[in-house]
Amino acid sequence: MKYNWDWHIFAELEPGASGTYLAYLIGGLGWTVVTALLAWTLALALGVLVGTLRTLGRPGIEKACLAYTELFRNIPLLVQMFLWYFVFPELLPQAWGDAIKQMPPPWSSLVPAVLCLGLFMSVRVAEQVRSGIQALPRGQRMAGLAVGLTTWQTYRYVLLPVVFRIILPPLTSEFLNTIKNTSLALTIGLMELTGRARAMQEFSFHVFEAFAAATLIYLLVNLCVVLAMRKLENHLRLPGYIGSASNAPQAGH
Amino acid sequence: MNYDFDVIARSWQYLFKEGMTFTLTLTALSMVGGVVLGTALALMRLSPIKPLSAFAGAYVNLMRSLPLVLVIFWFFFLVPWLGAWILGSKDPIKVGAFASALITFTLFEAAFFCEIMRAGIQSIPSGQISAAYAIGLNYRQAMSFVVLPQAFRNMLPVLLTQSIILFQDTSLVYVISSTDFLGAASKVANRDSRLLEMYTFAALVYFVICSLASWGVRRLQARTAIIR
Repeated sequence: MKYNWDWHIFAELEPGASGTYLAYLIGGLGWTVVTALLAWTLALALGVLVGTLRTLGRPGIEKACLAYTELFRNIPLLVQMFLWYFVFPELLPQAWGDAIKQMPPPWSSLVPAVLCLGLFMSVRVAEQVRSGIQALPRGQRMAGLAVGLTTWQTYRYVLLPVVFRIILPPLTSEFLNTIKNTSLALTIGLMELTGRARAMQEFSFHVFEAFAAATLIYLLVNLCVVLAMRKLENHLRLPGYIGSASNAPQAGH
Repeated sequence: MNYDFDVIARSWQYLFKEGMTFTLTLTALSMVGGVVLGTALALMRLSPIKPLSAFAGAYVNLMRSLPLVLVIFWFFFLVPWLGAWILGSKDPIKVGAFASALITFTLFEAAFFCEIMRAGIQSIPSGQISAAYAIGLNYRQAMSFVVLPQAFRNMLPVLLTQSIILFQDTSLVYVISSTDFLGAASKVANRDSRLLEMYTFAALVYFVICSLASWGVRRLQARTAIIR
């Protein structure tokens, strides 16, 4: 039993002749980052909205938001990916569906991947926002309303600025999850980092070098995000709040 | 676009007998394996012996930083080589998709169960451990009769929620072409060109199972909560 290690493989040209295997993997990292950032923007926007709506105390709105949460939480991400890629275009009016299906290669899988990941992660963001708002002393909301702010102003100027600073650590780990979850987009043909490592393995038969490189890149990305966010957290930490909701154990990836 | 939901009636036996059995067996076995290994890792992580806690910490952080898909690929290719190395055989041994997936999920989920169990163990007041030692129990007895039972009880809802996520994650064996529930649905979908119907049906089945399970966990949580 002997495996032929050959790290020189990274300097060789990939079959598409766009460059070396190393450049090929780095390009994959680019797609991973683009997908993750776009999805994260969508997730933050929707998540803050839904999370806030759930704390308004209006039963109808709360039910609707709960249904939204349950829907995206109880279907595996991979199945959701297939729904966005294969099923969603069919449900649209014919012309729109065809337009989506006929987008040129990276876009035809990037758009469904971003929508899918964005909505999937928005539910997790919403949960953090909701629990953050509910963790605040109820006197804050009352005080806001008592000085004559409207509900919108109370959220905008009193509650949410504090909540964001408290939930920054759990949001960091949700962002890391978003980056990791982009790897599922390889099933709908997006050639991001894991997808390219897999392709490199198929072209060159150097299984372990390809996956080792991908592993290393993911670890580096993780490290960068963690360090950057730690700086931001230190900068924004509220005096008096030692920990936050993130100290409670949570299930998830 | 004409729909043909008859495809579900034609294939449901295959979907559930082959696919769902695979999914449920994989979930159950890797949950048990993951919790056992995760508890061991948590004890290692909290142990005063530095190399043990460093190893457990590094393992958990590594697993938590990598996408599950990449880990599945790693083990799919690595296990045959490791097996050959352990058995001293000349060529990589043949490992079935199920065994490969089981090893992957057990080792991967152990990292997540470890963090949950660590929080559970740390939630036990240290006075209890002192008390256990004071009445003459040794480390093993203190852990297995005093700390771990309470840690399990406190963490049961989170452990079960993580298991529901594990159940959803098993769908990722699709990338190594296993016939789990989603894999079976996808095979039928491609054979009969009924992607829309099959994937919608698969989503519905997962949704119903996971909703029921999380409802059960919430009920259990309400019933087992210790009032302090």
